[in-house]
Amino acid sequence: MSAERSTEPKRYDVAIVGAGPTGLFAVFELGLLGLNAVLIDTLDKPGGQCAELYPEKPIYDIPSWPVITGQGLTDKLLEQIAPFKADFFLGRRVSGVTRQDDGRFVVSTDAGDLIDAGAIFIAAGAGCFTPRRPKLEGLDAFENRSVFYAVRNRGSFAGRDIVIAGGGDSALDWTLDLVSIARSVTLVHRSDRFRAAPASVSAMRALEAEGRVRFVEGDLAALHGDDGVLSRIDLKTRTGPVEVAADRLLAFYGLNIELGPIAEWGLDLADGKLIKVDTEKFETSTPGVFAIGDINHYPGKLKLILSGFHEAALASHAAFKVVRPNEKLRFQYTTSSSELQQRLNVAPIAEAAE
Amino acid sequence: MSENGAKIVVIDRAGERHVLDTVEGWRVMEILRDQNTGIEGICGGSCDCATCHVVVDPAWADRLPPARDEELDKLDELPLIEPTSRLSCQIIWSDDLDGLTVTIPEAA
Repeated sequence: MSAERSTEPKRYDVAIVGAGPTGLFAVFELGLLGLNAVLIDTLDKPGGQCAELYPEKPIYDIPSWPVITGQGLTDKLLEQIAPFKADFFLGRRVSGVTRQDDGRFVVSTDAGDLIDAGAIFIAAGAGCFTPRRPKLEGLDAFENRSVFYAVRNRGSFAGRDIVIAGGGDSALDWTLDLVSIARSVTLVHRSDRFRAAPASVSAMRALEAEGRVRFVEGDLAALHGDDGVLSRIDLKTRTGPVEVAADRLLAFYGLNIELGPIAEWGLDLADGKLIKVDTEKFETSTPGVFAIGDINHYPGKLKLILSGFHEAALASHAAFKVVRPNEKLRFQYTTSSSELQQRLNVAPIAEAAE
Repeated sequence: MSENGAKIVVIDRAGERHVLDTVEGWRVMEILRDQNTGIEGICGGSCDCATCHVVVDPAWADRLPPARDEELDKLDELPLIEPTSRLSCQIIWSDDLDGLTVTIPEAA
């Protein structure tokens, strides 16, 4: 299902930004019309908020499902769209969109992918999941040089004085991992109560007892250094300030949701964070770019998953006219159309009865 | 809104004080979101996103039902919290909370 990293633009009818329930169902509605799709999501799995924020929580307002969990709904949608074989570009953030002379779009991702699409569906929910950043003066200058929110190039942490902030599994796992290559590792968390696997906490405590890891109960207070090169971190603790020599900071404060780069696409917005659409096609102020699900705004909008499904169906019909301008759209039902049943890989009902 | 006229006092991110109507049985997050105080409540009260973080007036902190582990874990993720920080989706409004005062901190 996942697509290989590509530098040649791969051609699709529709590029869907966001693989939450609305984006997933759009694959289905497009598929019925004979259109193929690619899904791009910053998360490393499909399902959006349903999978990331509340996989175990019951949802009670999905039609015909008296109760279903966020993960259950995601799994059912994946099953439903399987016949359409959409490509998934996961763990990637859309970095740019340009329109070509022929009216088609090229979508690029931060992983270097290029996608050629006839239309774009923005189904990005509340926006993209991004690491929560600590509120520290001058943080921007240090980010991606000395301050990181994930370990991408492990080797670059070798021989470093590393401060790791946070009390969850990521903070503990990287403390245990990097201690073998770092010059020093200091774990900073505001209390001795951790949210990590108990075995990881015990292992960290053992390293602390050996003097290989330093644990400081406190919060980050200030960064010091020049030109983005970190040299020292000040910590605030109950017993007073503590200074730690450090040239790397890894901060693991979980994920936040923000609109992100979509805000800069030049689309008409409502309140600066929702995309204005019409209610016939769910098209944005840019022709060929549609917005469906929680991210859009129109009079009477209800932020419900079922609204996203409805919007996906109408946007798909509108998108057909954009990507197949010379073809006639014939509206058909899955109960009776053998063409749709073929697309769904199910035996036509009439034949099955014979 | 509440028949008894119980109010919640909210100090928003701009430092402005609002006295708001309440609804018995609603989550405080829903009351704050419904009246456009800047609380998002993205996960809809699932104790999963921490976008409904409020700091409770210390005089009120002990009068609220204590936070469960799930809430403490989520608060613990935030880069900056106060001793009386709570997730407002985990506080169910009842009219005996009349006068409860909360501050909405800067978004994390």
